[in-house]
Amino acid sequence: MPIASEAGASARVPFADPAQQHEAASAAMWVFLSTEVMLFGGVFAAYLWYRHADPAAFARGSALLDAPLGTVNTAVLLTSSLAMALAVRAAALGRRRPALGWLAGTAVLGLAFLAIKLLSWRHEWTRGLVPALHAGAALAAQPRVELFFVVYFIATGLHALHVLAGVGALAVTGAALARVRDPGRWNPIELTGLYWHFVDIVWVFLFPILYLVR
Amino acid sequence: MGVPVPDPVSRPLTRPAPPAVATLVGAWLALLALLALTVTLAHVPLGAWNAALALAIAIAKALLIVLVFMHVRHASRLTQVFSALGFVWLMVLFSLLMSDALTRTPLSPWP
Repeated sequence: MPIASEAGASARVPFADPAQQHEAASAAMWVFLSTEVMLFGGVFAAYLWYRHADPAAFARGSALLDAPLGTVNTAVLLTSSLAMALAVRAAALGRRRPALGWLAGTAVLGLAFLAIKLLSWRHEWTRGLVPALHAGAALAAQPRVELFFVVYFIATGLHALHVLAGVGALAVTGAALARVRDPGRWNPIELTGLYWHFVDIVWVFLFPILYLVR
Repeated sequence: MGVPVPDPVSRPLTRPAPPAVATLVGAWLALLALLALTVTLAHVPLGAWNAALALAIAIAKALLIVLVFMHVRHASRLTQVFSALGFVWLMVLFSLLMSDALTRTPLSPWP
């Protein structure tokens, strides 16, 4: 059942009504997400090129990663997206406190993802798999496997920065939601949700191409 | 308002209704199932099919997130087009990139 916009409901000029304002906000957010696709697209293109150049080296590099930990992290991020979608839903229904609760849950899961990521990076460090900084015996003799790890750290590093920024955005959104007059007609939480889901989508592609190459 | 507002191409007159909890939880369970599937298949040696299947599963998961979590399924046509544009550009990037990589042949040495 669609939520009817009331006659006389205020929408800021130049918008004709709240529905159009909402649509414009969503479309604009997607324009920003398109630029993010371009950003990550460059990293994926580099991956594509170098994996095509030496698929065996990429398989060897991938086997050195902790796939079970990566799987857990993927599940954590997917669940955080569910929490985010539930937060947006609660807000749209005007339920402020449940929305804030789900936002907090999303942030907690996002932080859990980052903690697990830091753990796995530390593990790779102690095994001498970090290129340039710590090119120990593990990578020095295998330049193409080292190349895999260059791509791995750039991709997961860039992604982790986005998750961190997302957690910050969740905090700001939560603070604003706590004070807004009418949560049911407040767009920003949905836009934060779009960003969070996008960060999840990036990881959905990163996980198999980094961890499951055989 | 005094200023005639042009009729937009196609937009709902009202905001789309929020999705049902069952829909969201269902999508989440499907995503977890696809995750289990992709991890399981990684241990099955299928040659070139491993990469193709992993990519197909990732695309399926991304579609679930875009259509259900990001609510693009019930968004206006304008929003749907905007949501697809970035990925269309990505396909252009990959096509042109790989058209180079896949057609490189070693040059014969000078006589």
